[in-house]
Amino acid sequence: MRKTASSASPAPPRGASPAPSRGRIEPVIRAARPGDLPAVAALDARNTGEAKPAYWRDLHRRVLRRPKERWFLVAEAEGRFLGFAIGEIRAWEFGSPPCGWVFAIGVDPGARLRNVGSRLVDAVAERFRGAGIKHLRTMLRRDDNLNLSFFRSQGMMAGPFIQLEKVIE
Amino acid sequence: MRLNKATLFALYAVLELAEDRDRQIAAGDIAAKYGISLNHLAKVLRDLGRAGLVEAARGVGGGYRFVGNPKRVTLMDVIEIFEDIGAGKAAGDGQGPDTHLGQALHGVLAEIEDIARATLRSVTIETLLKHARSEPAAPAAAAADD
Repeated sequence: MRKTASSASPAPPRGASPAPSRGRIEPVIRAARPGDLPAVAALDARNTGEAKPAYWRDLHRRVLRRPKERWFLVAEAEGRFLGFAIGEIRAWEFGSPPCGWVFAIGVDPGARLRNVGSRLVDAVAERFRGAGIKHLRTMLRRDDNLNLSFFRSQGMMAGPFIQLEKVIE
Repeated sequence: MRLNKATLFALYAVLELAEDRDRQIAAGDIAAKYGISLNHLAKVLRDLGRAGLVEAARGVGGGYRFVGNPKRVTLMDVIEIFEDIGAGKAAGDGQGPDTHLGQALHGVLAEIEDIARATLRSVTIETLLKHARSEPAAPAAAAADD
């Protein structure tokens, strides 16, 4: 299974004092173009510590092949790249009716907590809805508190499936 | 995972106060609303005050208000003020895990506790309040002796 990439919103452990007040951003959300991929790869490398430009190029090609089931979106404001999200409709995995998966999201650290991640998730959800999908799903590392908190803040809760794995070396 | 009474009272108080941060609420009002001991709640509120999450206002019309950042403070942050539910605190911890089967059983219990902790760490006060606002309130549970 694919791993949700990058970070959408920071959530330090304890905060008695309010976060610095920075303005909300109203980003433009559009389909990613090949010219966006270096920025996507750089942001992902910055957020995850692992550079994988070939993965992002290949993923973009695969999204373009099934435009009614997959969306690779980017957020920008005043021409500046701020983040990306990728969604895909998957169906009938262990009996699951068609469902919209968000399996990658990343927001520029300087633009976090400013509505960019929320707008990206909303935009992916809108496309899923347009395709008749009623549920949004994602998978995160248990210790990825940053993204867990972000998706929780979007109203997501534990779903009906449990992820299992084992070492098969 | 079972939370201590004090922890549960603290979560009730924090959520109640954070729901309207401009409003001051008397400890007695919170105790009455949740049907909990005022003395116990008062002690819990003192601890929350020391942790910088609530502030007391004295005098007529005095009460408590939430002064933390609801977008940053998680359920786990509140819980950790009152009890340690960190790794290694699985149910029955220290009770017979030194056997092969005991270790296997405790591995499963630890998995459950890990998921519970990850959940509590990822839910902020704001997220929980948002969730409560979006869900219609369920009817109150019938009394146990009904």
